[in-house]
Amino acid sequence: MGNTPTNAPIAAPTPVPTPTPTPKTNRIGLQVIDYRGGKTTLCAGCGHNAISERIIDAMYEMGVKPERVAKFSGIGCSSKSPAYFMNRSHSFNSVHGRMPSVATGAMLANKNLIALGVTGDGDTVSIGAGQFVHLMRRNLPIIYIIEDNGVYGLTKGQFSATADLGSTLKSGVVNDLPPVDTCAMAIQLGATFVGRSFSGDKRQLHTMLKAAIAHNGTVMLDVVSPCVTFNDHEGSTKSYKYMQAHEEPLHEVSFVPAFEEITVDYDPGTTFEVTMHDGSSLRLRKLEREYDPTDKIQAVSRLMESHAKGEVLTGVFYINAKAPSFIDMLNVTDEPLATLPESVTRPSREVLAKCMEELQ
Amino acid sequence: MATTDVVPQELSGQPGQRRVVVVNDMSIQVATVNGSGSQSSNTVLLRSIFQMGVPISGKNLFPSNIAGLPTWYTIRANKDGYIARKKEIDLLIAMNAETAQDDVKTLTAGAAVLYDEPLALDKVRDDLIYYAVPYDKLAASVGAEAKLRKLIKNMIYVGVAAQLLEIDFAEVEKAVRKQFSKKVKAATLNLAAAKAGHDYAAANLKKRDPFYIQRMDKTKGKIIVDGNSAAALGCMFAGCTVVTWYPITPSSSLVETMIEYMKEHRVGPDGKATFAIVQAEDELAAIGMVIGAAWAGARSMTATAGPGISLMAEFTGLAYYVEIPAVIWDIQRVGPSTGLPTRTAQGDVLSTAFLSHGDTNHIMLFPNSVNECFTMAQDAFDLAERFQTPVFVMSDLDLGMNNWMSDPFPYPDKPIDRGKVLSKADLEKLGGFARYKDVDGDGVGYRTLPGTDHPAAAYFARGSGHNEKGQYSERPDDFERNMERINKKFETARSFVPRPELMGGGKSKIGIVGYGTSHWAIVESRDQLSKEHRVETDYLRVLSYPFTREVYDFIERHDRIYVVEQNRDGQMASLLKLDIKPELTPRLRSICHVHGLPIDARSVTDEFMMMEGK
Repeated sequence: MGNTPTNAPIAAPTPVPTPTPTPKTNRIGLQVIDYRGGKTTLCAGCGHNAISERIIDAMYEMGVKPERVAKFSGIGCSSKSPAYFMNRSHSFNSVHGRMPSVATGAMLANKNLIALGVTGDGDTVSIGAGQFVHLMRRNLPIIYIIEDNGVYGLTKGQFSATADLGSTLKSGVVNDLPPVDTCAMAIQLGATFVGRSFSGDKRQLHTMLKAAIAHNGTVMLDVVSPCVTFNDHEGSTKSYKYMQAHEEPLHEVSFVPAFEEITVDYDPGTTFEVTMHDGSSLRLRKLEREYDPTDKIQAVSRLMESHAKGEVLTGVFYINAKAPSFIDMLNVTDEPLATLPESVTRPSREVLAKCMEELQ
Repeated sequence: MATTDVVPQELSGQPGQRRVVVVNDMSIQVATVNGSGSQSSNTVLLRSIFQMGVPISGKNLFPSNIAGLPTWYTIRANKDGYIARKKEIDLLIAMNAETAQDDVKTLTAGAAVLYDEPLALDKVRDDLIYYAVPYDKLAASVGAEAKLRKLIKNMIYVGVAAQLLEIDFAEVEKAVRKQFSKKVKAATLNLAAAKAGHDYAAANLKKRDPFYIQRMDKTKGKIIVDGNSAAALGCMFAGCTVVTWYPITPSSSLVETMIEYMKEHRVGPDGKATFAIVQAEDELAAIGMVIGAAWAGARSMTATAGPGISLMAEFTGLAYYVEIPAVIWDIQRVGPSTGLPTRTAQGDVLSTAFLSHGDTNHIMLFPNSVNECFTMAQDAFDLAERFQTPVFVMSDLDLGMNNWMSDPFPYPDKPIDRGKVLSKADLEKLGGFARYKDVDGDGVGYRTLPGTDHPAAAYFARGSGHNEKGQYSERPDDFERNMERINKKFETARSFVPRPELMGGGKSKIGIVGYGTSHWAIVESRDQLSKEHRVETDYLRVLSYPFTREVYDFIERHDRIYVVEQNRDGQMASLLKLDIKPELTPRLRSICHVHGLPIDARSVTDEFMMMEGK
C-alpha cells in the first residue's frame, strides 16, 4: 500500500472543503481508467497481465481514442487477455490460430480502426502458422503481439513450437525440436516493424508499444511472457529467471510522439533515429555500433547469431516506416466501406442496362 | 431416331419431296481436346442459333486439366424452350481422335456425325449419317500461320455445321464479330475459317440428316450469361463491399467476373474503390475475413465449392454463435480432391444445412437460373444482415459455369436492408444496449460496429459463452436461453426467405419436389409424363431453407412426392424428412442423379415411371 498511512482515520469529516484534485487526463481528456478492462482471470504473476498493463499505459499516453481500437485474439490464455484491458474498445475473440483473417476483414471494412491483435505462441506458430505468414506478407496495419511462453497454458502445459531445443517441461520431458523464431520469420515475410521484448522489461515494452501505435503497417512484437504455472521452472528457457539472466537488449529504445515537442537532442553517431509514419520519432541508442534496423539481412543474421550464443535478443530488429500498408494498396474510399450508403454501393439503372446490353 | 419431336415437313429447295425433318429441336455435341481453343467456336455456334431466335443452352463438360484431355460441349436448341441437358445427341462434331470411336458408339441410330476426315469414323457403325471434313486442308487454305491452324479448325466446323443446319451465315458472322470484338485480326481470320467451312459444306456435303434451324422469335431481347457472372452482377447491385476468396473450381469465375464489374462500376470519380476484393491464402482465411469484415459492418461475401465449404465449417459455426452476417456462394460440384471437380452436383445440401460443430442450422437459398443468381444475391445479403447469421447460396457448376438464356435482370426493387445496427445517435438516446437481448421478439438482437464513437458502443464478440449483454458466461441458463433465441431467429427467417414456386393444377395426388438446376429437367419431364404417359403431376420448387409453410402443405396434399436431385443420398429428401411430421415421411421418394453431368428429363421420366411401377 506504499505510503498510505494505515492508521489514518476513515472518512474523517473535513471542516474546510478542499478542492477536489483534478484527475490526471491524457491529451484527449481521458483518464487511465477509461483504458482499463475487466478483472483478469489469468494466474497471479502471469506475464500476460503485465503486457495488458503496458498496453493500457501506451494507449493512454498516446491519447488513442478507445472507440477507434479493435482488439482481436485467437484461442489460448493470451487470447483471453483482451477482456482485461480497454473495455471501451470492440473486441473479437475468434477461433484458434485464425485471428489474422478476422482482423484483416475488419480492417477492410473500416480502415480507420486501430487493430490490436493479441495472441500466443501456440495460436501463432502452430495452428495459426498459415495465417501468420500471410498477415506478415500483407503488411496489414495491425499491432500483432505474441505473448510467448513456450507452452500451451490453457490445455495445461504442452510444448509449443517456440520452446527452445533442450528445454524441459515441468514433468522433465525434453524438447527435441528446434524453435521457430517468429521475428526472423516476420522480417523475411514482409512485416515492417519487428521486435522482441520481455513482459518483465517494463520500460522497453512500454516504449516499443507506443512506437507500434505510431506505425502504419504490420507491427510484430514477440513478447516473452513467462507462464508461472507451467513453464517457470529450472530447465525452462521462458522463465522469469532465465530471461533475467539471458535478455540481451540490442539497443536502448526511446520514443517521442508526434504531438510532443522534441526537446532532447541525440547523437547520430550513437543513436539511430527513425521518423515514423505520423511524424513521431523512434530512437534506438546503439549498444552495438554497427547495427542498422532498416537492414533485413543484418537483422536476420543477428537473430541467428543470438540463438547460437544462447542469448535472448530484444529490441526493434527491423523497421521500414515508409512501406505502403495493405490498406494503402487497396486504394479504397476515405469513408469506411462498412458505412457507405446505398447511393454509393448500388450502381444506377443505367449501369444495369449497359451490363444487360453487353450480354445480348 | 434421336429425337422425340419429329415433324414431317416440306423441305425447302426440294419441292414435292416429302421427308422427315426436325426443326429447332436438337442437341449438338462438340468433342474436342481441352486447350484447343474450341470454347470460342462453341460460343459462336451457340450465339448463331440464339440469334436465329431459337431458345438454347450450352453446357461445357470439361476435365480438371489445362490442356490435352477430352472435353465436350453440348448445345441444345429447342423451340419449346426446354434447356436442360438432353440425353441423346443428334449431331456429333467429332474433333478428338482419342474419344471419337467411343463418342460415335454411344450415339442413337440416325444421329449425324461431322468428323475430321482422317478419323474415318464412318467405318465404326452404319446406322449414322456421316459427313467428313478435311479440316487440315481447309485450315491451310485459309492462310493461317501453322501455329494458328489448330485453333481455326474449330471455327471451320462452325461454318460446316451452320451450312448443314441452314443457319443464316450472317448470324455466324455477327457472332464471330461479337466474340472477337476487341481483336480485329482474330475476327477476320476466324470469319475466313467459318466461311471456308461453310463453302466447303455447300459444295461437297449432301444434306442427309433431318435437323434444321429456322428463324423464330423466342430470343428477342434476351441475354446469354453464366450463373457466376449473374451472381457477380447481383452482388455488385446488392451493395456488396468486401469479397474475400480462394480460387476453386467452379466458383473462381464468380469473383473474377466480379472484379471486372466492380473495377468498372464501383470506382468513384476520385479513383477510389467502394469495395475491397482480396484473394486469401485459403478458404479458412477467406471466411475469416468475411466474418471480420461483416463484424465491422461491411456487406461481405465469399464464393467457394464443397471442399471450401468443409474448410469453412469452424468459422461458420463461430459466425452462427457470435451472430455475424456472411454470404457464402457454394458453386456445388462433385466431391473431394481429384477426379470430377469439374462436374456438377447438388451434393452439399445436407452438410451445409448443419455446417460446423454444436447445434447449428443455416439459411440456404437455391437459385435455379441466372436470373435468380442475380436476385438472390440481394436476398442473401439482406437475410444475412437481418438475421446476423451466415447465408449460403447453393448454386452449382451447371448453373455457375454454363451459358444460359435469360430475360434481362430487373433492377432491384427493394432498398438494401442493413439489419439492426445501432448508431452513435441511437446509443446517445438509449444510453447503452445489450448485444444479445431479444428486444423485438424476433430473436434478433441489436449490434454495434467497431469504430462507433460512443463509450457504450463496444461489446466483446466471443463464441458460445456469453449472456444477453455479451459478457462472458458459462452459466447453463445463459447458454440455454441464448440457444433458444438463436433458434427463434431461424423460425422468424421462415417468413422472410423466398417462397417456393408451385406448378400444376393442384389436382394430382402425385407431387414432385425439386430445387436449383434440377428444375429444368423436371419441367421437361413433367411434360413428357403428361404427353407420353398421361400422368399429371404437381411440382413444388424449393427456393430456400428453412422451409416455408407451402412446403409442408404440399407434402400434406400429395400421396407420394418424388424429390428430384443431383446427389446419391437424396439430401433434400433427408432434410425434408427431418422437418415434416413423422407419419408423412414414407410419402417421400428420391429420384437421384449422380454421374457428374447435368440432370436430363428422360432420366427423370424413366425413373419416375419405374418407381410408379409402370
